[in-house]
Amino acid sequence: MSAAATASLAPVEYNDDVVRKFVIATVFWGVVGFLVGVFIAAELAWPSFNFWAPYLNFGRLRPVHTSGVIFAFGGSALIGTSFYVVQRTCRARLFGGKALADFIFWGYQFFIVMAALSYVLGFSKSREYSEPEWHLILWLVIIWVAYLVAFVGTLVRRAEPHIYVANWFYLSFILTIAMLVIVNNLAIPVSVFAAKSYSLFAGAQDALVQWWYGHNAVGFFLTAGFLGMMYYFIPKAAGRPVYSYRLSIIHFWSLIFIYIWAGPHHLHWTALPDWTQTMGEAFSVMLWMPSWGGMINGLMTLSGAWDKLRTDPGLRFSVTAVGFYGMSTFEGPVMSVRTVNALSHYTDWTIGHVHSGALGWVAFITFGALYYLVPALWGKTEMYSRRLIAWHYWISTLGIVLYITSMWVAGIMEGLMWRAYDAQGFLQYSFIDSVVAVHPLMVVRLVGGIFFLTGALIMVYNMVMTVRRAPAGALAAATPLAVGD
Amino acid sequence: MAFRHEVLEKNAFLLLVAALVTVAIGGMVEIIPQFFIENTIEPVKGVRPYSPLELAGRNIYIREGCYLCHSQQIRALRDEVERYGHYSLAAESMYDHPFQWGSKRIGPDLARVGGKYSNDWHYAHLRNPQSVVPESLMPSYAFLEERPLDYAHIADDLITNRKVGVPYSDEDVKNAIADLEAQADPNADHTALLKRYPKAVIVPKNGQTISEMDALVAYLQMLGTLVDFKDVPEESLDR
Repeated sequence: MSAAATASLAPVEYNDDVVRKFVIATVFWGVVGFLVGVFIAAELAWPSFNFWAPYLNFGRLRPVHTSGVIFAFGGSALIGTSFYVVQRTCRARLFGGKALADFIFWGYQFFIVMAALSYVLGFSKSREYSEPEWHLILWLVIIWVAYLVAFVGTLVRRAEPHIYVANWFYLSFILTIAMLVIVNNLAIPVSVFAAKSYSLFAGAQDALVQWWYGHNAVGFFLTAGFLGMMYYFIPKAAGRPVYSYRLSIIHFWSLIFIYIWAGPHHLHWTALPDWTQTMGEAFSVMLWMPSWGGMINGLMTLSGAWDKLRTDPGLRFSVTAVGFYGMSTFEGPVMSVRTVNALSHYTDWTIGHVHSGALGWVAFITFGALYYLVPALWGKTEMYSRRLIAWHYWISTLGIVLYITSMWVAGIMEGLMWRAYDAQGFLQYSFIDSVVAVHPLMVVRLVGGIFFLTGALIMVYNMVMTVRRAPAGALAAATPLAVGD
Repeated sequence: MAFRHEVLEKNAFLLLVAALVTVAIGGMVEIIPQFFIENTIEPVKGVRPYSPLELAGRNIYIREGCYLCHSQQIRALRDEVERYGHYSLAAESMYDHPFQWGSKRIGPDLARVGGKYSNDWHYAHLRNPQSVVPESLMPSYAFLEERPLDYAHIADDLITNRKVGVPYSDEDVKNAIADLEAQADPNADHTALLKRYPKAVIVPKNGQTISEMDALVAYLQMLGTLVDFKDVPEESLDR
């Protein structure tokens, strides 16, 4: 570190108020999103749970679950942690002052509440993971631009010479989501007063645009953004520098370049032209490497600090998350191969795959960050109870295992039953036979979801007790990050 | 070395621009040609815009999130073709703003459900799915029958569709309400309706007014019926 940089080490007053708000929102929406997930899982086991039509019907609640966990829980976690990380790694106060930060927080929460209400009341564009109608999307774009301004503004006023690697990932996530949301929502409203709009694109082209969006919502919202989280909180909690600076450069640029191409693997064997499917398949397989680059960099950061897994159950979440990340980014390329996809597409295998990423990677890396942040932000030395963190860890892990194994079995069973022929060369099963066959697995999945929700409730209790009871003081293990030097 | 990564790490705007360019390329290469390569959509006969009642029914299908459990895309695989019918063509959804291909089959594919069951079956099934398929997971949609269809502004929907590229004529727009009402009335004169929208299925209006369920059934009954595959040589579909 140069002399000039050392001289500017005067304490900066960070805006932690907005981070605290986002942390509370993350925990709140996490519980809501998991609860809705458990409920719709029950509907798929026993349809009588659709007891209040139309509001609680599966078709209206499923977007509440997906938006709730991706955008409300995941989004609050990403915006909150990015504000925490960008201020500290730049040693600069958040750009735009308290007003901009609060606008982003309340504006985003307003978007979430309105989106959820609109689904239940019957407004939907029917684009998966992008269901809100056009006026809500316009509002989201305003919030997102404000977010970009606050983030980039902070980067610009940094006191550190280098932009830390976590911020590259956060920045690419913010930029790409802006691009995806705008293009995927190009539509013409029926009138300014009507919620209804018609997509600018039709049929095959519309499908490609939507899955270009849909896959990269996974790639940039659920991957790049959370890798940003990994690159700050794992080195912090482990007290070790990032394993390889060079690897982080290579895997960052290759990840963001290759991810964008992978969307067509959601449309294998469909009416989308073959050349596009082939391209999507090829890039999806290539994507395995940059994904594992991130996993390796995350896990190897633990070199020399693996013993902390025994004593820091919060770190255990982060490290397990990276393991799940590696597993689901291997499974993804496999499923994107057309021969495999012929079996897996339209089945519960896909649902299992998504949840190994969403529960194992996204939620676990978030829990790891939250267990670090809550004591740090509320001026406590540590969490109220390590034992409860351990309980949360094990009950959630068990929940994920139940969830993904039941969905593997269900999905492969569905795929095999749909293509099974009898000795006379006729299709052996009717569709409803496969529905009946997977019923027990729907129940197992529900149990897995209940476990995961229970774990989250334990976390809520632990956090409330931390804020109320834990001894005040500076966070125990705060070690500086080394980067690029 | 000519290029040092440090340059990007020390300049937020350069980093921003470099990242934006990097993420823009893939989508551009894959998406833009779809609009210019001629054989993206096969030249087949019979595909027409939705009749006003079908369009209203389709909007209910979208509103209720039917696409979350039912795909409308038969893949070019032997078992799918035998189970559901000819694999789906791009042409068959060329007027679908937005597309409804779906991604998960909690229930069966609906791309060619049109004409597979009677109108009566659909009404019974929507009211109480378990009455016709006891093991079904589908919720009841009986409430659709109690809701009168709001079609006062259906012409605006046609006009908006025209703006995004669906070839509705001025005459189609002018007759939108008349066509919609005729399709839900078995006793009406259907000549003009069927001339504009061949193969449109007439649904019985069970109540005093046209219900949302009537519209939904009209939509379901036309799905996948427009192209006559006897007229389509297989080699013309190679892309």
